[in-house]
Amino acid sequence: MSKGDKMPVIYYRQALNQALREEMRRDENVFVIGEEVAQYQGAYRVTEDLLEEFGDRRVKDTPISEEVIAGIGTGAAMVGLRPVVEMMTVNFALLAMDQIVNHAAKLRYMSGGQIKIPMVIRAPEGAGMQLGAQHSQNLEAWFVHVPGLKVVTASTPYDAKGLLKSAIRDDSPVIFLEHALLYSMRGEVPEEGYTLPIGRADVKRKGDDITIIAYLRMVHIALSAAEALAKTGISAEVIDLRTLRPMDISTLVESVKKTKHAIIVEEDWPQCGIGAQVVDQLQLHAFDYLDAPIMRVTLADTPMPYSRELEQSALPNVEKVIATAGSVLKGTAREPAVSI
Amino acid sequence: MLTKQDKIDIFHEMTMIRKFEEKAGEMYERGNIRGFLHLYIGQEAVASGFMWPLRADDYVIGAYREHGQALGRCASPRAVMAELFGKSTGVSGGKGGSMHLFDVNRRFLGGTAIVGGGLPIAAGIGFAINYHGGDQICLCFFGDGAVNEGSFHETLNIASLWNLPILFICENNLYGMGTAVERASAVPNLPRRAQCYSMAVETVDGMDVLAVYEMADRLISEVRETKRPAFVEAVTYRYRGHSIADPGTYRTKEEIEEWRRRDPIVQYGKKLLDEGTLSSEEIEKIHSDVAKEIEAAVQFAEDSPIPKPEALYQDVYANRI
Ligand SMILES: Cc1ncc(C[n+]2csc(CCOP(=O)(O)OP(=O)(O)O)c2C)c(N)n1
Repeated sequence: MSKGDKMPVIYYRQALNQALREEMRRDENVFVIGEEVAQYQGAYRVTEDLLEEFGDRRVKDTPISEEVIAGIGTGAAMVGLRPVVEMMTVNFALLAMDQIVNHAAKLRYMSGGQIKIPMVIRAPEGAGMQLGAQHSQNLEAWFVHVPGLKVVTASTPYDAKGLLKSAIRDDSPVIFLEHALLYSMRGEVPEEGYTLPIGRADVKRKGDDITIIAYLRMVHIALSAAEALAKTGISAEVIDLRTLRPMDISTLVESVKKTKHAIIVEEDWPQCGIGAQVVDQLQLHAFDYLDAPIMRVTLADTPMPYSRELEQSALPNVEKVIATAGSVLKGTAREPAVSI
Repeated sequence: MLTKQDKIDIFHEMTMIRKFEEKAGEMYERGNIRGFLHLYIGQEAVASGFMWPLRADDYVIGAYREHGQALGRCASPRAVMAELFGKSTGVSGGKGGSMHLFDVNRRFLGGTAIVGGGLPIAAGIGFAINYHGGDQICLCFFGDGAVNEGSFHETLNIASLWNLPILFICENNLYGMGTAVERASAVPNLPRRAQCYSMAVETVDGMDVLAVYEMADRLISEVRETKRPAFVEAVTYRYRGHSIADPGTYRTKEEIEEWRRRDPIVQYGKKLLDEGTLSSEEIEKIHSDVAKEIEAAVQFAEDSPIPKPEALYQDVYANRI
């Protein structure tokens, strides 16, 4: 693309679709498998038209059998294929946790390095659609906990394409988490193939006074909050973690050295959530630079309620981020400890 | 058809599995082997009989009582013993142990400690075979206990639906830990449970290696040609407890004695003797050769180095992160 050309603006789900299509064209061993991925074109239309181009050998509809779906990915990867497994939502991946945690994540290690598992498991997660407790979860911490898995999240269409392509080329099992509310987000995505590195965070907005760390949909909440803070004279830097495991600590430390303040915005639960890991690493590597304790804006520590008002109150939002940033900057962050 | 030499080799192999397991038990008592140790003694005819007709490019998935299967698939007894000792020369570099034997060169792909965990993986292997248009098959071993796991039903359904080339082998040794099949299964006739997924099912006397071999030879060809999965129940018995820690008090002495009278190696040896394939001196010689082979495996395991400290962080990922 020459300078000055405008990049095509497409949906997040189309960016994922492009990544799948390009990788399937590039490598005969890449195939897509899951419930409703072929004829139905994907529950969120991520796999649209793949069946037409690649046929039912490489785009496979399965019965509703999550454990065997993950097992087919694992077994096929063991003998040289590169499966991209779609879990219709992360909630159903729980039925496949044995294959993911006990098998995919462990086979390389247990076999003394004889086996590789170049598999991607894609799953949408997230809340905000009034779907109730069983369909409104962010389970990244479950996967991040497990050595042997990589965990990748994408907050924009551009990132989605570049990161998914890298995930498919990776020789280790990657859990690729999408957000159901991001599928219809639009953004600029180059038509040509490009990849983004797994293991690098991305500074989505530069700033000097406070670092706001986020990932997935919360990046957009963080960016809106940063804009509002700018109007009050506070310059916030927004970092998108992008890969949760491995996590890019040095980019966070660099930022905190400059801003001296940090908060984390995450859509998962607080206890042992992603932010807990970030706080641990920052206190270890940037303690001397911090002027105030780090605070977290998380999902409420409850199953997700159905009612719209309750659901919205459980989720992190721009106001909560602004308020939290304010109390960190004023040095009033220390609240009494709560035990649950 | 088995040649005379095949018959002798099978006898040698079964004897080797037996002696390997007896020695492993002994090494456990001495503290050279730790962790769980599930011995295969009594079931030798199943591993040998099913593995003999396989081609080198076929795949095998075991469960956690898989020493016999790994050895039947030609993994070196030295490397398996070294694995049990946790040494770097073990089949899995000392990272797997008794329940996680892998020998990728011989297409022996585990070794899982999760009851029923190997079945979905076998489906993946079958899928990959068809994907490449290959004519290999995957043998998938599991116990009677696994039939009650969801993974069994998910896997058999999809294997039948997609014509996956898998031979499912249920080693029905009548117990899952201490629970007899009838206490665990609403339908204790296990082939019937597979039959409802519309595949060929058979039962074989798992104490008779020739019967196992004949059935395996036929079914392996059938699966290879038709690309339809099949299910075999091999009725067998483990002489020892579930693991080395289990005295097995849920079984009567009489029951154990009765099965021991049908010992697969003794029975087979008698047959070879009767038909003149082996003389009693030759049988004796095989026993003493195998004993030496196993002694050498123990010596190798003892002399082998433990894994280097760096190994702890190696092979978590395919690339350094
Ligand atoms: C999912 C799971 N549940 C329980 C166990 C504990 N466990 C280990 S072996 C076993 C019995 C399995 O019996 P069976 O499948 O018949 O195999 P066998 O011991 O007869 O070879 C049990 C309950 C386990 N390892 N995995």
